[in-house]
Amino acid sequence: MSDIIRRDPRKAWIARNRLHPEHASVLAELGMGDAQPAQWMGPNGVMRKDPHRVGFIGPAGIKRIDRSGVQGAPGQVQARSTAAQDTRTAVLIAEPAFHIVVVPDMAGGRLSAHDRDLLGLARQMADKNASAQGAVVAIVFGELKEDSWGEAGIDRLLHLSDAALEGYSPEYRIAILSAAERELKPRYWLFPDSSLGGGDLGRRLSVRIGERAATQVWQVDLESETPRCTGRGAAGRKDITRDLPRVLLALAECGEPVSDTRHEAQAIQLQQPLPEQLVRIEDLGAVAVDPASVALSEAEFILSGGNGVRDWDGFHQAARVLGATEGASRVAVDDGFMARDRQVGATGTWVTARVYMAVGISGAIQHLQGIQSCDKVIAINMDPGCDMIKRADLAVIGDSGEILSELVKRVDGLKQENRDVA
Amino acid sequence: MLLSTPRSSADKTAIKVAVLLSVGSHPLTGRGRRAEQDARALEMALALPQADAQLIHAGRLNDESEPALRSYLGMGPQQMTLIQQPKQADVLPALEKHLRQLGPKLILCGSRAEAGEGSGLLPYLLAEKLGWPLISGLAAIESVDGSSATVLQALPRGQRRRLRVKLPALLTIDSAAPVARQSAFGPARRGQLAEVDAPVQMDTEQEGWEVQPARKRPKRLKIIKATSARDRFKAAAAKSEGSGGQVLKDITAAEGADAVLKLLMEEGVLRVSS
Ligand SMILES: Cc1cc2nc3c(=O)[nH]c(=O)nc-3n(C[C@H](O)[C@H](O)[C@H](O)COP(=O)(O)OP(=O)(O)OC[C@H]3O[C@@H](n4cnc5c(N)ncnc54)[C@H](O)[C@@H]3O)c2cc1C
Repeated sequence: MSDIIRRDPRKAWIARNRLHPEHASVLAELGMGDAQPAQWMGPNGVMRKDPHRVGFIGPAGIKRIDRSGVQGAPGQVQARSTAAQDTRTAVLIAEPAFHIVVVPDMAGGRLSAHDRDLLGLARQMADKNASAQGAVVAIVFGELKEDSWGEAGIDRLLHLSDAALEGYSPEYRIAILSAAERELKPRYWLFPDSSLGGGDLGRRLSVRIGERAATQVWQVDLESETPRCTGRGAAGRKDITRDLPRVLLALAECGEPVSDTRHEAQAIQLQQPLPEQLVRIEDLGAVAVDPASVALSEAEFILSGGNGVRDWDGFHQAARVLGATEGASRVAVDDGFMARDRQVGATGTWVTARVYMAVGISGAIQHLQGIQSCDKVIAINMDPGCDMIKRADLAVIGDSGEILSELVKRVDGLKQENRDVA
Repeated sequence: MLLSTPRSSADKTAIKVAVLLSVGSHPLTGRGRRAEQDARALEMALALPQADAQLIHAGRLNDESEPALRSYLGMGPQQMTLIQQPKQADVLPALEKHLRQLGPKLILCGSRAEAGEGSGLLPYLLAEKLGWPLISGLAAIESVDGSSATVLQALPRGQRRRLRVKLPALLTIDSAAPVARQSAFGPARRGQLAEVDAPVQMDTEQEGWEVQPARKRPKRLKIIKATSARDRFKAAAAKSEGSGGQVLKDITAAEGADAVLKLLMEEGVLRVSS
């Protein structure tokens, strides 16, 4: 064998001509099958791509290149999908110039959208002067499920949980906040102006520390020489602009939530023990409310029936057993199975339930409009192609009557078990 | 007479309940009327058995406020105390002085005024000055005895919480409470407005404020933080769709019920403990 490398010009030509019928086999023979990568770094530091080696054949038989790299040549997929990483920069404020305290509502143990807006506003106020940055302190109470404190813009976290803090305990909470006022001497206090949580606590604190709070604040102007804020007054018909007081009760969307930094959320404690509390308000616990008496627009859990419900007695029984408020589609109302005030949708009630269970409802647009702000939608329907299934988070295809009666059986069983245990 | 005879304040078992009333304003026309929440507070006091309701308003009596104040009297009570205060006055000292003299067991008021600052701070300030406990967002008073009251507080989503509070106490009422009865013209005309003089302290802090008709709040824009043009385009052009939920096909009713039950349990909407 001589060492001379012999080229076959014909094969070289076929290798260059990707339309040649023998192209693939020749490439394999020459060992060039995967020799050339689909993309490589060019001489000028620019990424080059071979357009013939990326992409896929789309549904219409046309070659498509998806530049996001989500779809494409199999070899590339993994390499690209790791790019969607957390790009937030970590921020550490070791020696804060001042403190801003936020007391979020923590409805359901998590930061609500309102809380996040407020933290965004606090962040804006703390970072106004880059040379003397402040720290955002969050004071939270009770059992919590939240774990993205840092991402929400919190530098210090004061978490208190105690049996006495469960339920309605405004006087105890105010004692804690007053202690924080003494120890941290915050420059500002921020509360969400919500009807029970922050709205109540914020007003209590403001009178306790003798600071006239600005309420229903929706805009804070940090640019003018003395910071000012604008809040609603006279039942929402007036705007009151005034100098920024130390205690702010702000409405939702008062600021943009923090999105591109991550903070420390370092846990802190109060130094001084709390004084003994005199309990004047005693929480006797939640009262069982008849779900049927809850207004549809307020209900948390709605069982809604439509034209696909055959067994209305079974439906009412299911609502009773599940403890759900009843709703209906227009057809069910028009046919006389349900009262008019139970109609959900464009011409009925716009509901805000956390869980909306649609039984035998096709999901006409007028109906879907009414359930826009529901969190979780469960659909039970015979027709797998209907619009309600597309909207639903969980869809069960089957007969409504059977599934509901099975469900009732199970819930009854659970209740029986609990009764036996108790 | 058809009207029930008013309970005399000398009645030993009567519990003195002070109701603080303000002049409201119609949300559209801005015309004076009885304030919605205050009227509910009065309704609650009138519906309470053994209560001796004392109506109190601090402000001025003029052509504008008189019809509004009289519409509270149109709900049945025969007299209202009017503590004379000029327009920009801080009514807190006058109210405090009067309430200390009156010595009620309960004070009821709306949670926020419909005119002026409407900050909802007054009940809190009053409770702090008097050193009384305060409960906000009341839905109903269940019972009152000599030393404590049991009340229901309205929580979001139509839920209720039962609280017991030591008397004397201050309770604020918002729209979760029962609707106020209609105001009748005759009793409103006949009712008396008893004017009382009181010290005046002006609210000077308000002078630095700018008050304008409410501006429409800017709509929040959807901020899209995407690094590539394609992602930005997709986000801008995307139809909001459901999260592409799970679809369970060709299963038995029992399996379907299990899946639904699991989700209901996860969401915590099912109360099986009762
Ligand atoms: C101006 C206007 C306003 C309207 N406003 C409203 C409104 O506010 N609210 C509203 O709801 N509608 C409204 N509608 C009516 C709306 O367009 C639909 O007609 C209506 O929502 C359909 O109701 P449905 O889904 O119950 O009935 P259908 O569309 O008949 O759907 C019945 C569904 O049940 C399923 N099904 C049948 N049998 C079974 C079974 N045994 N088990 C399980 N599933 C079964 C079927 O597959 C089907 O998907 C409005 C219409 C107009 C023109």
